[in-house]
Amino acid sequence: MKLAELAKVLEAEIVVEGNPEKEITGGYAGDFLSFVMSRAPEGCVWFTVMSNVNVAAVAYMADVGAIVLCDGIKPEPPLTERCVKENINLLTTELDTYGAACRLALYENQL
Amino acid sequence: MSEQTRISLEFDVEGDNFVSAGKASEAVKGNLKMLGLPPTIIRRAAIVMYEGEINMVIHAKGGKAYVDITDKDISITLKDEGPGIENIELAMQEGYSTAPDAIRALGFGAGMGLPNMKKYSDNMEIESEVGKGTTVRMKINIQPDSEGQQQ
Repeated sequence: MKLAELAKVLEAEIVVEGNPEKEITGGYAGDFLSFVMSRAPEGCVWFTVMSNVNVAAVAYMADVGAIVLCDGIKPEPPLTERCVKENINLLTTELDTYGAACRLALYENQL
Repeated sequence: MSEQTRISLEFDVEGDNFVSAGKASEAVKGNLKMLGLPPTIIRRAAIVMYEGEINMVIHAKGGKAYVDITDKDISITLKDEGPGIENIELAMQEGYSTAPDAIRALGFGAGMGLPNMKKYSDNMEIESEVGKGTTVRMKINIQPDSEGQQQ
């Protein structure tokens, strides 16, 4: 799916429309950055509550499809700036990590 | 790339700066993209480089990164004059970390850095002396159909 569809499914606000045409598939939930680089598949949605600038660096290195900040967490300004610079999709949702991941999985019919 | 193509890059990595952390890796990834290498190769190189760079930022007050790109492989050497690694075998275990709490609060220090570097490189060597520093050498082979250890 594309960014706009993802935002709708997750009732999320798009903070950075970094790459609206990128195909986004699957997901990974986690806050330890090295776990994300170890396990998150290329092009996936990354659900996290971490909001510092290093999140953008990890998303860039690991070719993450979209960062979704859960639990209503807002990005720190440097994170937003870095996502703009690197064309990374960044969203926020009021859903918690479990809720957001379930929502996406149900929508993609993976449960 | 032709047989003779060879690109050498060199970076200074600043210690304890978590805003600039990743700059060298970002530059390397940019270069690899420009060379048109396969995305899976680029992704692996970016991840191992970033993990190594972060390790130098966290543990070693920075260091130097040297990257050599040929038509055959990408060689990454990370050299620091930090405290060294006392027990490399232990440091290689997933989940083992000596990072302080403040670092863990940023999302680092999961004890997955070195394991990730091993996982995503085709070859990795660590030389370390306590009190002197650490040198990590990693190699990623470039082959048209190489999926390597990529998952």
